[in-house]
Amino acid sequence: MSSETRTREFGFWIYLMTDLILFTSLFATYAVMAREGSISAIVDLRQVFLETMLLLSSSATCAVAMVFMERRKKETMLFWLAATFLLGSGFVFIEIGEFARMIREGYGPQRNGLFSAFFTLVGTHGLHVSMGLLWMLVTMMQTWMTGLSSSLQSRMSRLAMFWHFLDIVWICVFTEVYLLGSLS
Amino acid sequence: MGKLTFSAIPIDNPIIMSAVVCAILIAIWIGHEITKRKRWSWLWNEWLTSLDHKKIGIMYVVLAIVMLVRGFFDAILMRLQQAMAEGSSHGFLPPGHFDQIFSAHGTIMILFAAMPFLVGLMNIAIPLQIGARDVAFPFLNSVSLWLTASAAMLVMVSLGVGDFSKAGWSGYAPLSELGFSPDVGVDYWTWALQIAGIGSLLSGINFLVTILRMRAPGMTLMRMPIFVWATFFTNMLMLAAFPVLTAALAMLSLDRYLGMHFFTADHGGNPMLYVNLFWIWGHPEVYIVILPAFGIFSEVVATFSSKRIFGYESLVYATGAITVLSFAVWLHHFFTMGAGADVNAAFGIATMLIAIPTGVKIFNWLFTMYRGRVRFASPMYWTLGFLTTFAIGGMTGVLLSLPPADFVLHNSLFLVAHFHNMLIPGALFGYFAGFSYWFPKATGFMLDEKWGKRAFWCWICGFYLAFMPLYVLGFLGMPRRMEHYANPAWQPWLILAAFGTLLIFFGILFQGIQIATSLGPKRRAADPDPWDGRTLEWATSSPPPSYNFAVLPEVKDRDAFLEMKRAGIHSPTRYEDIEIPKGSAKGAFIGASSFACGFGLVWHIWWLAAMAALLILLIVISRSMEEETMTILPSGEVKRIEEAGHVL
Repeated sequence: MSSETRTREFGFWIYLMTDLILFTSLFATYAVMAREGSISAIVDLRQVFLETMLLLSSSATCAVAMVFMERRKKETMLFWLAATFLLGSGFVFIEIGEFARMIREGYGPQRNGLFSAFFTLVGTHGLHVSMGLLWMLVTMMQTWMTGLSSSLQSRMSRLAMFWHFLDIVWICVFTEVYLLGSLS
Repeated sequence: MGKLTFSAIPIDNPIIMSAVVCAILIAIWIGHEITKRKRWSWLWNEWLTSLDHKKIGIMYVVLAIVMLVRGFFDAILMRLQQAMAEGSSHGFLPPGHFDQIFSAHGTIMILFAAMPFLVGLMNIAIPLQIGARDVAFPFLNSVSLWLTASAAMLVMVSLGVGDFSKAGWSGYAPLSELGFSPDVGVDYWTWALQIAGIGSLLSGINFLVTILRMRAPGMTLMRMPIFVWATFFTNMLMLAAFPVLTAALAMLSLDRYLGMHFFTADHGGNPMLYVNLFWIWGHPEVYIVILPAFGIFSEVVATFSSKRIFGYESLVYATGAITVLSFAVWLHHFFTMGAGADVNAAFGIATMLIAIPTGVKIFNWLFTMYRGRVRFASPMYWTLGFLTTFAIGGMTGVLLSLPPADFVLHNSLFLVAHFHNMLIPGALFGYFAGFSYWFPKATGFMLDEKWGKRAFWCWICGFYLAFMPLYVLGFLGMPRRMEHYANPAWQPWLILAAFGTLLIFFGILFQGIQIATSLGPKRRAADPDPWDGRTLEWATSSPPPSYNFAVLPEVKDRDAFLEMKRAGIHSPTRYEDIEIPKGSAKGAFIGASSFACGFGLVWHIWWLAAMAALLILLIVISRSMEEETMTILPSGEVKRIEEAGHVL
């Protein structure tokens, strides 16, 4: 790995840590708000389980794509990245559906502080995933057009870091919001 | 056009309109001068699109000075109003306008004067001090600059188009919620802070990586100059604190724009949560603006005492201790919240503890001067002014850290006096010291000493005259942020404070004269090493060439350059090709688009906000498509520049 790529990866690690602090603030807010009520009546754990499976498997396909990037197999890498993209899109799709259902049933973010915190925390994660998908799409197109240049490889490895990071955040969302939420 | 109509322009308010007309006239005059001298393409190519950290640093400092003057005029208006508005006299400012002025003053001074000033000084000095040719991410650096500038522009525009926030610089909920602040003022404030916050965050990442990855060979962590250490810790604070502000302001905006209930007084909202989140950012922010100044004082005191800094390691550890402790004291901003005696006691003790590392530093500086050969150049004036004045502010801070005392004094002018007593000497004097210390390095010209010292005396006397009466007024029970009062006992002290502000005005005026004479026809070129410096920034020419160092220095000591001078400096026998970043206009375009996006969001002009956001995205993507972002400066060219004695 070139020194420049290393520097960029290190910078990106630091960015991820700052993003984690942003999420921490939202988690803390949610925890404060969750003392005032419960979301157990409205959560559909089956959907959430499906979402979780999609996102976790997208992390796996992303890792496979990275392996093929290391081996300079451009087409195979693009295939696995496309799979990642589809799985991630499925996650966002289901999440939007869930949000729409909750709003329809009168549990929108305007309902009270708890639901404001719920939609904001989960939505911020969803927004990150969507930005990741956009990033993935652009990188895939660039790779397809120009081939695996070293700058694209280094960007791809940062994208993978971002993607795994969102997985970790989702596991925290799943635990704090959905599991604890459906227990209460 | 969303909520924007012509009635948003306050034509009926002579004070605002004359300020707006003045600002527009100054802009026209500057534009005219540039046109007359045919300097537009020079300005664009050499400055606005430059990725050279030294030029970006100078632009940051220029922005800071402009905003400092703006914030200072707010201060004059407040002092004049309070000197007049007693009893039957109501002064010249209606309450709504006064509220905007104190909100703008605080916001501008912290976010748009102090922050750009310190980031500018970091830009100028850090890569040079660590013997690097650039920062880690030059393009990101330009993006940071333009995000900060566009956010400052948003605040300036709020002067003439609509209102600024009336909810104070801290924007406490539920006052800042839609129900109590229905106009666009709070939105101007939130979007300006959000945009500037992202800029600061990116700077933080950039400089942390620069310091950790780009140091010259031989510069171990414990050989870094103290200013580098201070910047290192400052960046850690920025990175850990700013995301919390981003989150808090985003939640406030969600309340205001989408009718959510994070901080509202009804529907399960929790206003105290906002106050907590705000100060989890806000207290570290105090140290973000002060620690770099501490670093500057350390450099100045060692250089001008011709002595190695006393207790280098204790200074480093003290700075680290302050960094950690600064995250453990936020609750002292609202002891009166009612968190209970145990919580208040814990935060009170943490607050007192922070005085210990700060005290350690004071002794470091004193002992550095002790038996040193002290030269009284103007950077040293600011340092000595800081040492004496800051100690008083620190003591009043320890007083306020006692919750029972705080219950009596909080929200009074005692508090206002205290934090100005920390920030003016602690931060601003430090930046002024850094400004006069590095001015020759950054511009290649010496800064006029005579006007500098006159400015210092006006500033320091003005400071005491303006703020010591506020301590008294605090004890007399005067609350902060009063537009009118009915207690004749307060008025003499407020008149005294207004005179202090007048003296500070002369200080600023003299600084203007100082800069004008230093860059005017009688300017004096600076040597590479005008102060008999000890660190690496003095090893290269003034101003440094775009690549900083033709040959990367080899560091063998803490005072790296001093050691080099002792060993004897030899001009290099051979030069190498140097890679430098190409200029890019994309940072400026991202800044302009951010401004448009912010303006659209403030006024609910959704198409504008959406288009600007899309534009930002497209610019970022197009930047990612660029393959040739660097250019090679051939060794022959380097040789020519070096032998010509580095001309910019």
